[in-house]
Amino acid sequence: MRFMMITKERKQADPDAMPDARGAATMMKYMESLAKAGVLLAFDGLRSAAMGTQVSFSEGKPVVTDGPFPEAKEVIGGYWMIQVNSKEEAIEWAMRCPAFPDFAIEIRQVLEFSEFPAEVQAAAAIYPRLKAQCRNRPGT
Amino acid sequence: MRFMMLMIPKGYEKATPGTMPDAKIVAAMMKYNESLQKAGVLLALDGLHPPSMGVRISFPRGKPKVTDGPFAEAKEVIGGYWMIQVRSREEAIEWASRCPGSDDCVIELRQVQEMCGFPADVQEAARGYTEFQSGRSRPA
Amino acid sequence: MFRRPRGVIPSSSLDDPGRRDATAKAACACQRKDGLIVVVTTRDPRRAIDAVWRIESARLIAALVRMVRDVALAEDVAQEALVAALEQWPESGIPENPGAWLMATAKRRAIDHFRRDQRLERRREQFARESELRQEMAGSEFEVAMGDDIGDDLLRLIFIACHPLLSTEAHVALTLRLLGGLTTEEIARAFLLPESTVAQRIVRAKRTLSRARVPFELPRRAEFASRLRSVLQVIYLIFNEGYTATTGEDWMRPGLCEEALRLGRILAELVPEEPEAHGLVALMEIQASRLRARTSPTGEPVLLLDQNRGLWDQLLIHRGLVALERAREMGQVPGANVLQAEIAACHARAQTAAETDWARIHALYDALIEVMPSPVVKLNRAVAIAMATGPAAGLESIDALVGDPSLRKYHLLPAVRGDLLSKLGRLEEARAEFERAASLTRNARERELLLNRAGCQAGRAKPI
Repeated sequence: MRFMMITKERKQADPDAMPDARGAATMMKYMESLAKAGVLLAFDGLRSAAMGTQVSFSEGKPVVTDGPFPEAKEVIGGYWMIQVNSKEEAIEWAMRCPAFPDFAIEIRQVLEFSEFPAEVQAAAAIYPRLKAQCRNRPGT
Repeated sequence: MRFMMLMIPKGYEKATPGTMPDAKIVAAMMKYNESLQKAGVLLALDGLHPPSMGVRISFPRGKPKVTDGPFAEAKEVIGGYWMIQVRSREEAIEWASRCPGSDDCVIELRQVQEMCGFPADVQEAARGYTEFQSGRSRPA
Repeated sequence: MFRRPRGVIPSSSLDDPGRRDATAKAACACQRKDGLIVVVTTRDPRRAIDAVWRIESARLIAALVRMVRDVALAEDVAQEALVAALEQWPESGIPENPGAWLMATAKRRAIDHFRRDQRLERRREQFARESELRQEMAGSEFEVAMGDDIGDDLLRLIFIACHPLLSTEAHVALTLRLLGGLTTEEIARAFLLPESTVAQRIVRAKRTLSRARVPFELPRRAEFASRLRSVLQVIYLIFNEGYTATTGEDWMRPGLCEEALRLGRILAELVPEEPEAHGLVALMEIQASRLRARTSPTGEPVLLLDQNRGLWDQLLIHRGLVALERAREMGQVPGANVLQAEIAACHARAQTAAETDWARIHALYDALIEVMPSPVVKLNRAVAIAMATGPAAGLESIDALVGDPSLRKYHLLPAVRGDLLSKLGRLEEARAEFERAASLTRNARERELLLNRAGCQAGRAKPI
């Protein structure tokens, strides 16, 4: 099963701020443990939400809004994509994440093509071909 | 440049476990996904099960705390994402604007952090893991 | 594609109606929210239009080439449509279907061109072209013009850009220009050339194609295969130019890797039955996965076996492995691209350098030599043999290459030989080889590295 571990931060990151060396080192160690266990499929950090953009649709027209978005209490910092055998395992891994202040992880299960009902699968016939994320552990 | 397009479908925060997307919407989305693929810009994409099937790990007082979804405070949640490779932020915005989303969805664009954007000491910390380094023997 | 008109500058009291300068920032789009005016967005119309051009231009030009049967004219009218867009869209907003708008505008310009030529007594074919154009316009199936045909049109354009009448440099320039949508200036920066050189190259290339009246149909069978090979070579050439660029240089240069990847992916979708196309994409994805690990923080190149694999991009590696699988599924005898991709995949799958499957790499090089017996391949094969079997076996394989005239000036041959001799404890000979290698390389950093290694050989108990 694949899970997306989405990191959430309460404070809006200063767009010019860079992560400090020790924080990065701690995080790297954690990610290394995910990789060594063969569960880490992909990961990325995202540039601050202040530099992000939202595209919404109003009466059918795309509306482009630049960040920061003051209403948002939390912002997404990044994600890890993991492959494990159960939700409990995903939770276990998330609990091992270093405890940064004002920080949380949201675990969301990836919706796989095989889970779609038949008529949705038919509508999404090309989906498997588009998929780029690994279904298997790296190296297999 | 890489961007994550985070799909935020309105109302997904209330979706019950096992909610499946509508076949017609999926068909329209697949056409869009295919256009990204044919343009050579699509790197990855996934749909996510609703938050009612998710879990949140926070770290109050430094200890992990597990909360089952749905999450009361969350007014907007992610339903899926695309990872695209483009030459400018404007190009990412243009692609996001072409998503066949109705007024019911918002797309948040976040640029992916490239490692070389970090200062040297952070990069160094990230490199300092012997397990990741080659097995080359050092001279006596 | 269904899209609603988008206002780049919607009306509001803060608008400056006098602004027509397309390069100026758009007036703020504002919304009333809880009694406060909230600035929603400031968007530079020029950059937004550039983004649309990046997305639409290749398909636009491809369709136009089919219609007007002339690359130069097709590009000219496409550019004229862009100019019109830059003039009109900042006020009217980007249209619902920008591709169709550009196409309609370009077609009108094309008809103008034909009409002008008509007064100068031009050829009968162009009359026929014009009436064909009129029919297409009357049908007003703008969607169709950019719809199902477009795959063929795009492939035709890719193939024309790599026509055998043109030089490789022209192939590169034309491909980046017509398919990449890069400006002359961008291409010049990417290849460290004067802008005028690139401009001339493109003009001459288009003139050659016009004069020769090259057919605009896709070539068949053997010619198709050979043209496809050219296309793949050109794409890889672009990739390599980007790959060898060092950080700190103009970002356009490493940007070539992304450009080549994008072109390769597009091509693979157009010829999905061609394993070598998928092989090339696989090779590029996997090589690109190492971009962050290739240079040290101080800018020195880091050899593959020394790279921090934690910095290898797993997403790209996975994409590469998927592309490779697609090629293998077709069950054909692997060609050069697929084999090179397989070798790259061997490295990519190894979590550490020590886990590398050298025996498999050796076998792959044995196969690669059959289809690509270049000196570099022979050398790499010798290295693989050394890693798989031991330095003595590797040395034997290298010694067979020493007399090869094509390798006489190649610094890596003595460098590798020196490395193997060093591992065998033959330090004096190793030193001589490193010195020889240093004398052959033109790269100052490499020379330093090699002389360093030469110096290390003397008086060391354990070889490096």
